[in-house]
Amino acid sequence: MHVHKYERWWLTFGVAMLIVFLGVIVFAAIADNINPPTGMTQIDPTKVAQTPPFDKPGLRKLPDGSYEAYYVAQVFSFAPASVTIPIGSKVTFFVTSPDVVHGFFIPDTDINMMAVPGWVNTDSHTFTRAGEYLLICHEYCGIGHQNMFAKIEVR
Amino acid sequence: MERMLERSMPQQVRNENYLVIAHIYTATAAIALGAVFGVFQGFSRAGALNAPVWFDYYRILTMHGVLMALVFTTFFITGLSLFVTYRSIPRPRKLALAWFGWWLMLAGTAMAAVTIVMGDATVLYTFYAPLKASPWFYVGATLLVLGTWVVAFEIFENVYFFRKANSGKAVPLVVYCSAATFVMWIVATLGVVAEMGLLIPWAFGWTPGINVMLTRMFFWYFGHPLVYFWIMGAYIIWYNIIPTRYGGNVFSDGLVRLTFIMLILLSTPVGIHHQFMEPGISPMWKMLHTITTYGVAIPSFITAFAIFASFELYAIKQGRRGFIGTVKALPWNDPTFSGAALGMLLFILGGFGGLVNASYSMDTVVHNTIWIVGHFHVTVGGPVALTFLGAAYWLIPRLTGRALWKPDWALFQTRLWFFGMLIMSISMHYAGLLGAPRRTANVDYLGAAAAQTWQPYMLLAAVGGLFLFLSIAIFVAVAVGTLVQNQKTEPFAADFATPASAADTTPPLLQHLFRWGVVALGLAVLAYAGPLGELLRHPGYLAPGMRTW
Ligand code: HEM
Ligand SMILES: [Cu+2]
Ligand SMILES: [Cu+2]
Repeated sequence: MHVHKYERWWLTFGVAMLIVFLGVIVFAAIADNINPPTGMTQIDPTKVAQTPPFDKPGLRKLPDGSYEAYYVAQVFSFAPASVTIPIGSKVTFFVTSPDVVHGFFIPDTDINMMAVPGWVNTDSHTFTRAGEYLLICHEYCGIGHQNMFAKIEVR
Repeated sequence: MERMLERSMPQQVRNENYLVIAHIYTATAAIALGAVFGVFQGFSRAGALNAPVWFDYYRILTMHGVLMALVFTTFFITGLSLFVTYRSIPRPRKLALAWFGWWLMLAGTAMAAVTIVMGDATVLYTFYAPLKASPWFYVGATLLVLGTWVVAFEIFENVYFFRKANSGKAVPLVVYCSAATFVMWIVATLGVVAEMGLLIPWAFGWTPGINVMLTRMFFWYFGHPLVYFWIMGAYIIWYNIIPTRYGGNVFSDGLVRLTFIMLILLSTPVGIHHQFMEPGISPMWKMLHTITTYGVAIPSFITAFAIFASFELYAIKQGRRGFIGTVKALPWNDPTFSGAALGMLLFILGGFGGLVNASYSMDTVVHNTIWIVGHFHVTVGGPVALTFLGAAYWLIPRLTGRALWKPDWALFQTRLWFFGMLIMSISMHYAGLLGAPRRTANVDYLGAAAAQTWQPYMLLAAVGGLFLFLSIAIFVAVAVGTLVQNQKTEPFAADFATPASAADTTPPLLQHLFRWGVVALGLAVLAYAGPLGELLRHPGYLAPGMRTW
């Protein structure tokens, strides 16, 4: 089998590009800790309403001034339905679902994750721009899926 | 039926062609219905349709996804693969088993379709648990897969026969490509069959609940190679049929075989790139599958090179030089070539988008937004579907012995699809970047400012979708017209491209598809041992599941 000279160049170029791209991603992951959301905590999906802290979903302020937000995503709403966050705060979101799979997506931020029954997913974001943000369920969850959203007010 | 096929066709060929016609026209029916649903979805999402109360966006979306992604593509690839196998390995053969495969596929499709129409399976084509559909939906989908296994067996049996009859000679390239596609498919579908093993007992109520992450991992073990199944279907055509449209050659026989082996090996151990945003899978495994995903780009690089090299070699033979010369030498007015070549252009967009989606953290920006819908319409809806539509214009005359009815309509159809897809897809990509979610019925989120920004692009996408719908209407007219209208005859022999250089030998190592299939399964097990073991080490909470529609 003969491999043409140009083809070798082309493949070398292509593979080199792939390695460069991969290098950037790996570098960002290790040096800057830019990873996709990955919650490894579990929760019994049939007992979400009784399991702290999801028995009282909402915002908690931590001693260091940052926030934790506990959300329950369920057909067809989020609890809490609306929160207010001071501008410049870092918020760590935790979300789980007692029923089916839901999405947890805040356009204009890098918060984008899946809420899967049995698991708690988590990611954090620092809100530097004031305004009203939408929190959208972006995974089909049933007949009222399009009505499943909440508000986040940053002031 | 008798009058449909040209009289001078030998009986054996005639029998085989009826079977292939059954596959190809089932695919045609699927894309035709799917296009009707698609155009409704487009205008409905844009808020430009005063939907009647019975209009159920998600039921229609389930139909569209299933018909396009699972039915149209699968039946086309089974039909095409059977055709190239039968034409390249002529022999007296019984078709009972092959017909059984088609009936199984059809029965499965019908069963699933009935549950969807009845509203008992509004779970979209990904049927994510614990959305709980009628058990017959899952049984139907399983039968569809099992039917494809029967078709795969028919192809393998012919490859086996050929090698035995020719004392181990390499099978013709086009058959090799088809067989390789089905080797990959068998490895891949093991995942969905395993998932069905969990879903079916649960849907019947025999098990109390379902481990959601486990079903998702099984699904995406299958879901990614599913898209490579489509792409391999298009590659079969690009390598073996397209060069015959301009009198060119396959650039290198060995490289094509190598490409297909790489696709067998690398299509499966990558599926977790669809699960970046999910809990329960460590970043380490997400990164591992990012790396393998990058690897599966390499056979596509080889393909891009080989196809353009074949174009240029031909142009040089015609005494033309350079980029413009090459472009001018190509038969743009041939519907089959036009479909494939315009599809390739769309694939450039698709490739860029795919790199973004596969890039681990970068996927955060686009995951589950309508960007993704834009992406797969310029991959499976673009290069794959348009190549198949073009190839149908090549297949149908060879199946019927009748010249294509209205070839100028056919040519126009491919161009209309190209422009429609550009408009729809680019609008969807852009709306996705603005934050528009995918698989969501029209909603303005109580007038939220963010939602207003993407609405104009949804309308533009709907207009693109209208072009696509018209394009499919023309396709159906030509496909059905050729069958019932035209009586002009055309040779029914099939012609496949041959390598540019006869000295180009194929290393024997590349010939043993079955062994490569075993290696692929090994690689898949390696890639999934980590994440699967991790899932199984955690308590597998069972979700009871529910019907939320
Ligand atoms: C007439 C041509 C077509 C039009 C107008 C069209 C339009 C659409 C629209 C508007 C959506 C829904 C977006 C959403 O709400 O998420 C969609 C989804 C989809 N389309 Fe198409 N499409 C067409 C052809 C195709 C083709 C040829 C394929 C594949 C072969 C395809 C595969 C899909 C799939 C897999 C989905 C996703 C379903 C889901 O997310 O569950 N479409 N299409
Ligand atoms: Cu939802
Ligand atoms: Cu994929």
